[in-house]
This record gives sequence, C-alpha cells and structure tokens, in this order.
Amino acid sequence: MYEIVRKEKLAPGIKLFEIKAPWVARKAAPGQFIILRVDETGERIPLTIADFNRDKGTVTIVAQEVGYTTKQLGRLEPGDAVLDFTGPLGQPSELPDSGTVTCIGGGVGIAPVYPQVKALREKGVYVITIVGARSAEYLIFTGELEELSNEFYIATDDGSRGCKGFVTGVLQELLEADRSIDHVIAIGPVIMMKAVTAITRPRNISTTVSLNSLMVDGTGMCGACRVTIDGETKFACINGPEFDAFKVDFDEQLRRLSFYRDPEAKAMAKAECRIRNAKGAE
Amino acid sequence: MPRKNRQDMPLLDPEERVLHFGEVALGYDEEKALAEAERCLNCKTPLCMQGCPVNVDIPEFIAAIKEGNYDEAASILRRKNNLPAICGRVCPQENQCEKFCVLANKGEPVAIGALERFVGDYHLARGEKPDRTGERKDQRVAVVGSGPAGLTCAADLARMGYQVTVFEAFHKPGGVLMYGIPEFRLPKKIVEGEIEYVKSLGVEIRLNTVVGKTVTVDELLEEHGYDAVFISTGAGLPYFLNIPGENLNGVYSANEFLTRVNLMKAYKFPEHATPIMVGDKVAVVGGGNVAMDAARTARRLGAQKVYIIYRRSREEMPARKEEIARAEEEGVDFRLLANPVAIHGTEEGWVKEIELVKMELGEPDESGRRRPKPVPGSNFTLEVDTIIIAIGQGPNPLIPRSTNELQVTERGHIVVEDEKGRTSKKAVFAGGDVVTGAATVIEAMGAGKRAAQAIDEFLKAYF
Ligand SMILES: Cc1cc2nc3c(=O)[nH]c(=O)nc-3n(C[C@H](O)[C@H](O)[C@H](O)COP(=O)(O)OP(=O)(O)OC[C@H]3O[C@@H](n4cnc5c(N)ncnc54)[C@H](O)[C@@H]3O)c2cc1C
Ligand code: SF4
Ligand code: FES
Repeated sequence: MYEIVRKEKLAPGIKLFEIKAPWVARKAAPGQFIILRVDETGERIPLTIADFNRDKGTVTIVAQEVGYTTKQLGRLEPGDAVLDFTGPLGQPSELPDSGTVTCIGGGVGIAPVYPQVKALREKGVYVITIVGARSAEYLIFTGELEELSNEFYIATDDGSRGCKGFVTGVLQELLEADRSIDHVIAIGPVIMMKAVTAITRPRNISTTVSLNSLMVDGTGMCGACRVTIDGETKFACINGPEFDAFKVDFDEQLRRLSFYRDPEAKAMAKAECRIRNAKGAE
Repeated sequence: MPRKNRQDMPLLDPEERVLHFGEVALGYDEEKALAEAERCLNCKTPLCMQGCPVNVDIPEFIAAIKEGNYDEAASILRRKNNLPAICGRVCPQENQCEKFCVLANKGEPVAIGALERFVGDYHLARGEKPDRTGERKDQRVAVVGSGPAGLTCAADLARMGYQVTVFEAFHKPGGVLMYGIPEFRLPKKIVEGEIEYVKSLGVEIRLNTVVGKTVTVDELLEEHGYDAVFISTGAGLPYFLNIPGENLNGVYSANEFLTRVNLMKAYKFPEHATPIMVGDKVAVVGGGNVAMDAARTARRLGAQKVYIIYRRSREEMPARKEEIARAEEEGVDFRLLANPVAIHGTEEGWVKEIELVKMELGEPDESGRRRPKPVPGSNFTLEVDTIIIAIGQGPNPLIPRSTNELQVTERGHIVVEDEKGRTSKKAVFAGGDVVTGAATVIEAMGAGKRAAQAIDEFLKAYF
C-alpha cells in the first residue's frame, strides 16, 4: 500500500496527490512516469511524475478526472492509500544544458512540465514557459512556474487570464518577434503537441513531446503503447514517453487513444449507477 | 492379468465451456486416481523419470497414491517440484515423462500428469504448511521475476536456509502462470495457493518493483546487501509482424490480450475496471500454445468466429496436441499455410480485414521443420474486427540495459556459462525463458532448481 500524504485540489477536476513511495522517489527523474492501481479490481493507469522528494520519499502526481480510475483516485483522501504504485518508468528527459528553451504545458500537461522547468533552471538554461487551459480556473502550477521561469506566459481559450487563444499563439508571437529559441518541450493534449510541432518544424526548432499512450504494464511486455516514430513501431513505455516531435505520427496517436472510449463510457455509467444505487439504499 | 485402460480426464462439454472461464479439465476423483495409479508397474528402472526435467520420483509418488497415502505422495512430489498442482495441469507430459513410460509403446502411458494434479490439489486443499525448523543462514539472495523459474529457485534457496527476496514488476506474482495462461486451463486460485506455499517457506515477495528501473541489479548487490542475484525475468517482449496496418485499433499482441483478461480480469468488466474489446470475428496469428489460449479466450469473450492463422501445416504447429484439440472442439477455425501480409482498416482506423497469402512448404530449415514460402498471386482476405498477434516473445531489455558486465546474445537472451546458470557477471545467475527463449513451465523450474544449487555452491565458496 502506498499512502497519500497530501492532496490538493488544483482546479475543477484536477487533483494533486503526494504519495509515499520511497523506492520510486529514490530513482525518479523528470520525464518519467509511474503506473498505479487504486484497488483490487482497479485498472493500471500511467501518470507522469510531477515532482518528487527523495528525502521525504514521496512522489507527486497530478490527475485529471476523465475516466473511471482517475475519478476513483479523486475520491481518496490523505491517509488513504493506493494498492499499487510502480516506477519510475520510461526514459528520463534529455534536457539541453544551455541556450533558450521554451516549455509548453497544456491543461493537466502543465504538471509534468514543472519538473523539467525546475531541472533546466538548475542547469542555468534560459526558460520561457507558456501554459494554457480552457479558462483561468483550469490553470495549474502558475505560481511555481512563474517564479522558476525566466519568462512566463499564459493563454486561455476564453481569455479569462493571459492572452485569449492557444499556447501556439504565444509561441508564434515569440517567433515572429524574432526571439531565438533553441529547443521546445511540449506536453499536453495530442492536438496541442501536433499544433506546436506544425510551428516548430518549418523553422527547424528541435521539439520534444511526451506521449500519453494507453498502457498496461509500462515495462515493454504488452505493446498497447505502440507509437510510430519515423515510420517504425516503438513502445512509448520503454523508448519514451518523450520523443522527437518531428518523427511522431500524431494522427495515429489520436486514433489509438480512442480505442477504449466505448467500454470506458460503459464503466463510468455503471459506476455512476452503482453510486446511485448506494444512495437509493440509504 | 490384463492391464486396465488409461483413465480419461473428464472435460466440460465444449458448448457449455465457451460460455465462461471455468476450468475445462475437471481432474480425477479419488476413484479414478486409484484406478490409474494401479496401472503403474513401479519399474525397477523407471524410464518415465528420464523425461522429467526436475526428476520427480514418479513411481514412488504413484506408489503412495496406491496406498491411499496422499500426504506422503505430496511430500515425495514436493521434494523435487514446488508447484505440482500447476505442473499437473500445464506440463507437456506427452513429450516428457509419459513419452518415456514403458506403457507408452502400447499407446497408453500412465497418466502421470493427471495423478500429479490429483495429489497437488489434494495437498493445496489441506492447506498444510511446511516445517521451517532448518538452519537459517545469513546470506541474502535476490530473485528477479516471480515466474516458475524464480519461484522454484527462491523456494529451494529458502529451504536451504537462505534469506530470499523475490522482486516482481507486476502487482501480482506468478509470471506467465498469472498473466498468460488462462483461468480455464490454470485457475488463478491454484497459482495463488502454490505461491502461498512458497511464501510459507520464508520467501519474501516484493511486488511493483521493476528491476532496471526501480532498482538495478548492481544496486541490489552493492547497496542493498544481496550476496547473489538470480535473474528469471522470462520472455515477455512481444514480437509483431511488421506489416502495414498493425497499429490499427483492434490489433493486440497476445501478451496484451491475455494480460488484460487474466491478470486484470477484463472478462469481469466492468466489475473489474480494465476493458477489453473483442469483435464478432477474430483472427489469431500463430500456432503455439499462446495462440490457442488467445483463440479460446476470444471465444469465451463472445467472438462468434475465431480463426487461427498459421504459416505452416498442422504437423509443424508447436502447440500441444491437446490444446489444438480443445480449440477445435470449441469451434476455432484453422487456416493453415497462410501468412498475413497486411491489415486493412476502416476510415476511422479500426481493423476491417486481414490480407493473407497462401504458403507452401519447401526444404527443411535449421529447426528441421519445412520452410514455408509464399505462393505468388494467392492473396486473399478475411473479414475480421480483432486481430491477436501470437508469433512469439523475446526477453525484455530493461535488465541487460541497466546491468554492467552482463553478456546477452544478439536477440537479447542472457548468456550463461553452463546449465547451472552462471552469467558473465560475478554473483549473478540466470535461468528460464530469459536464457532459453519462450519454453515451458517445467524447463523454467528446472533452471531455477539448478541455479539454486549453483548459488548455494557459490555462497559456500565465498562466505
Ligand atoms: C499464454 C501462454 C501459455 C503457455 N502455456 C504453457 C503450457 O501450457 N505449458 C508450459 O509448460 N508452458 C507454457 N507456456 C510457457 C511458460 O509459461 C514459460 O516458459 C514459463 O512461464 C517461463 O518461466 P519464467 O520463470 O522463465 O518466466 P515468466 O513466467 O515469464 O516470469 C517472469 C516474471 O518476471 C517478471 N519481470 C520481467 N521483467 C522484470 C523486471 N525487470 N523486474 C522485475 N520483474 C520482472 C515478469 O513480470 C514475470 O512475472 C505458456 C506461455 C504463455 C505466454
Ligand atoms: S515408466 Fe510408467 S509404469 Fe514405469 S514407473 Fe514410470 S510411470 Fe510407472
Ligand atoms: S505499456 Fe505495455 S509495452 Fe508499453
């Protein structure tokens, strides 16, 4: 059992959990992920590491309540525990040692950008951070990121905070203002990462993206996490999750993420009616 | 006195069994077990034993059954085999002990496997715990992977008094026994029971620990105070066909498909949260036990039509005859001498059909089997919505990549110096599928046993 030592509600439907897992904390690095399972009938789901503390032996993850398991996780409180917690999995980020790096986080993807910004700043790299969300209330980690980054920009779809529009708009403006950017890291919805790549590719600015593929084991034994990189099949869990964006087949990724949409909806419906039944019995 | 015929194994009716995941082979009752045991001649030079990779004292345990002394039979079995209820179910006895039994040349060897299962089940049901009064040693051994090789090595070392920790990547121990072989062939309660027994010998199992990620082999030796390491991580990396369309939605590796169903219990979705998608028409590519398990699982998940697609002919199929027969009884349609060349999808990216080319058999290859070659212009398609690739697995690269001085072959198998499993790295031993490539439960157990011996010798020499 892995105890939840801290829980924070960051935004509607987005929660942070700091979990006691000393073995994972000891080895965790930016860019890696963990797999957890809430209880005996639970599913194994991958979540990117948002922070870690080797002294306290804790690992921080941020989950958006989009499916059955993330909702199940969302109902847990400090003092509760998850049954299984495995990691750190995947390759650590390969971060540049110098120059200017733009880190872009979209939605819940802002969380895994945080340890990267932190590590880059520790190396003395100049970091421009751009974060985006639907509206101001869905933004997370803005305080921490603003403090760490050399420059910090916000974009919201509805303009309720920062620029109105998408993170790509901010990136475009920076580039049009002839700002020199050596490398871009983008983490967020596939659509966002694809759009960022559409801007950086013609300018030949090397770009790294983190793919949140479907996974089962996270150790290379199932192939559920297959991605096509430069025309070749790779497993996101052992070769990634970060890849050279210019080589990623984003459309395939989008399609593969929809694999279980139907059964997932069924599980949610069932879970809701279970909850309703429980209420009915009161 | 004329010998009695071999007692047959009672099976569930095929029409009933495809409706659920209950065990198909029901096992002998006491009457059958006694009748079958009576058939054994208790040979002076028991030929059967030379076919057993762990050298079980076969006539001796059968003699104990004859006397109705099942506890004694169990302790004779357990002397050599820590997992009798499992081996009795999944060992290919027809190629091992039963093949060599003197009665085999009359076509009816003693049903050694069925008797082993009978005793194993009896003993599990009794829930007896081993006596742990032996000497305790200070040395610590780390076993990586909790499949049959790891469990066997751990149990033997614990019996010798060593302190053993098994590190397992998954959230449940058992390896292929837990995630690969389906419930209807090997009930998970049986596997859990056998693992409890191994734990009761004093073996500690640390789950959710991916060696090579969470901790490395070098760290186990240098920082965590282990004196030796046994690597038994199996062959879990699935091979794909590398044909167009293989990443369409609806294409699974057999590993993913079986793991979702067996380990994650997707057949009980949504009570268990892991989903599985199986359409009406399923094609399984491959001709081994894994392919048979995937095909029979697909039938139980409601697929109306299940094909097995295999590029050679029936004779070359590596699956056990018994498994092929069970699959056929359950209505699986065998399309032999056919090889996939492409998978075609719908506009939304779901599998629509599989394109195959007919094959013919040419000259024998290195394996002695006739090499299949495509018949030009013979392409045809089958309409399917799910495809399961079961063409084999290789060893996982995580440990070789993260361990200094550990030699592996070109295909990633760990190189061992001798059959005792010594690797190129001091204090590190390996065995099971990670060394041999995908093989059998009992061979993995044999490797685990020999490595336990070798580790004992090593530790005695150095400490
Ligand atoms: C579907 C299927 C059906 C089969 N049917 C039969 C049959 O009927 N009869 C038969 O004799 N054989 C059968 N086999 C083959 C048999 O199961 C294997 O040969 C045997 O299990 C190999 O044992 P092992 O201990 O070497 O490895 P495995 O059973 O593969 O166990 C390896 C364990 O190591 C763990 N592991 C891997 N990497 C790491 C790591 N880095 N850190 C920690 N842990 C790790 C894995 O999670 C796993 O639990 C079948 C195999 C499959 C897949
Ligand atoms: S060879 Fe057959 S008959 Fe002889 S001891 Fe072995 S099982 Fe019994
Ligand atoms: S998640 Fe199973 S291979 Fe990557």
